[in-house]
Amino acid sequence: MSFSPAAHHPGGPRHVTIIEPLQRWWRIDWSELWANRELLFYLVWRDIKVRYKQTALGFIWALVQPLSAVVVFSVFFGRLARIPSGDMPYPLFAYTGTLLWQFFARSLNEASTSLAANERLLTKVYFPRLFLPASVVLAAVVDLFVALVLAVPFVIYYGYAPGWSVLLIPPVVFLVMLTAFGIGLIFSSFDVRYRDVRYVLPFIIQVWMFASPVVYPSALVPERWRSLFALNPMAGFIEVFRSGLVGSYHVPWSMLIVSCVAAVSFCVLGLFVFHGTERRIADVV
Amino acid sequence: MSDVAISIEGVGKQYTLGQRERYQSLRETITRTVQRIVRRIPAEKEDRFWALRDVSLTIPKGQIVGLIGRNGAGKSTLLKILSRITAVTEGRVVLSGRVGSLLEVGVGFHPELSGRENIFLNGAILGMRRHEIQSKFDEIVAFAEVERFLDTPVKRYSSGMYVRLAFSVAAHLEPEILLVDEVLAVGDAAFQKKCLGKMGSVAREGRTIIFVSHNMVALMALCERGILFESGRLVADGTASETVERYLRDVNNVAENALAQRQDRRGNQQLRIVGFEMRDARGVTVPSVASGQAVTLALHYESANGARLANVHLAIGIHGKFDESLFHLSNTTSNDEFARLADQGVITCHIPELPLQPGNYTFNLYCTVNDDVADWVQNAGTLVVDGGDFFGTGRMPGPEGGPFLVKHRWAASDEPAATTARSPALVAVPDPGNLSSGTK
Repeated sequence: MSFSPAAHHPGGPRHVTIIEPLQRWWRIDWSELWANRELLFYLVWRDIKVRYKQTALGFIWALVQPLSAVVVFSVFFGRLARIPSGDMPYPLFAYTGTLLWQFFARSLNEASTSLAANERLLTKVYFPRLFLPASVVLAAVVDLFVALVLAVPFVIYYGYAPGWSVLLIPPVVFLVMLTAFGIGLIFSSFDVRYRDVRYVLPFIIQVWMFASPVVYPSALVPERWRSLFALNPMAGFIEVFRSGLVGSYHVPWSMLIVSCVAAVSFCVLGLFVFHGTERRIADVV
Repeated sequence: MSDVAISIEGVGKQYTLGQRERYQSLRETITRTVQRIVRRIPAEKEDRFWALRDVSLTIPKGQIVGLIGRNGAGKSTLLKILSRITAVTEGRVVLSGRVGSLLEVGVGFHPELSGRENIFLNGAILGMRRHEIQSKFDEIVAFAEVERFLDTPVKRYSSGMYVRLAFSVAAHLEPEILLVDEVLAVGDAAFQKKCLGKMGSVAREGRTIIFVSHNMVALMALCERGILFESGRLVADGTASETVERYLRDVNNVAENALAQRQDRRGNQQLRIVGFEMRDARGVTVPSVASGQAVTLALHYESANGARLANVHLAIGIHGKFDESLFHLSNTTSNDEFARLADQGVITCHIPELPLQPGNYTFNLYCTVNDDVADWVQNAGTLVVDGGDFFGTGRMPGPEGGPFLVKHRWAASDEPAATTARSPALVAVPDPGNLSSGTK
């Protein structure tokens, strides 16, 4: 249902929609997505607006969550377990990791449940279904941005300053979004059919966090295993994100490259799985 | 080609039974798969049914077409296919022009957002561009009569305001092909009339409209062409009034079929209603009852596997000659609970004085066991009502007064006119719409 402007003018080329079984499932209609981009904007806008209307503290939550996690991590992992954090003070180390991790965890969680949560929408009106998981991931960026603003005084307080590698942060955030989006697509395809996903997901996210260098540095992983470790895209991204925020840290290029490839693969895989089930969503949700 | 708005060729839609019901848990799927392997049932044997089959249609530009049929006949499935919500299993559809669908009003409304915000959100979801919404914004607000509450979250709206706003957004959608499902059934009578007027004016602008409704009067008023569906197949295509007439005739014929033989039923069949009879005051089975007489409706049932049944709820929905719902009889509202029932037997519903005018009435049967739909039969039978002495006066009103009879008394006194005029006596008929029950 893409709306070409020409359709408004009688005499111009008319818009024709053809509905057939077994549409080539690997082909994504990019032009349709583009034609409906305004809807994506409204869905993102809705998610942001509703989130801050429903909570009394609004944006403050975007700060409270990573901060409270950092306090807990600093006490247990930094002080008691004495996990090394390289040349960085542990709270700063944990904050920079938690920031990106919580953005990822929230995006993944919401993308995975976005279809089932919008059941009525799916069964009553047609629009590109990809927009639902995409919109929640985009809306989560606002929280990340708020938390990033707080990171600046945090970094300066500990005597660091973001270096040139801060330029890597936007592309890394984008890649984290791709990862959350891609994996979220896979989970959401299952979630419409089996609501078990929402019970398994928190557990997966928990385990995944400890498989990522949020509370410990990748330096703890032996050198030869580190590329394998970076197959978890979050491993490479957290390291690079951290090095961008505190200029002195070196950029782990090899991990970043492995993680990039992994992230793009997840995204492509997610699109495949999602597109395969997309046409049945309204029948099973 | 340029004069054809919609061309449908051999369209069919197959569902796997149970697929449409509710989402499954992984456990159910695993157990079912294991059972299938153990019992060596090939996957093909899984219950599948065609919700729609072999439908071919050509709809010229600017035509207003009504789709008619009982629930589950396939008309809503066709609308969902045309609006691309669900995929076709076979066949091909070509739609020439922008398509807008309106299967429910207020889709995507968010209770926390204000009226203004919801207009933009809902408009975008329905496929309107931002500049389109902006240019029609004032019109939408005026039609909905919500000017003063534009910045109030819609969760604070009355249900009437909510529905008015929702319909208003949808009514200002300007696609070349508009698909509408039953949305006129919302709101109060005055607003319904306004909506009908709006639909009429939309139609005069030369747009193609496909309209599904159970409101036969609205359908005949609005549509030029009527298409009848039955069990997923197109069975009649003609002018709207011809098709409505045929449909109403069918409704009465279907009701003649013995209940036990009926296949067009839904539910898990844990309980099946296999027979229906009317009994008079002495308990004798009768073919018809008279207005004002006591009557007992007896439903014979069987359980699927001879098991005893727990927590059974039944409802009988009585329908009039235009298939309009008149009232519901349900053991939920009468508070006669059936916590336990034997594996077969008779359930009776007693009406002390039948308040219906003479005529033929059809009824739907609906039954749940443990809150799951067990059996649901539409047009399950006919209730034949003969003339009777309802008022005990030997007099009856004419049929133009509607289907109901209400006991009442008149009186006059010599009190001063002002005091009597202020307290008009009113005998209320229970509003069937307020009774909670599943029959449609």
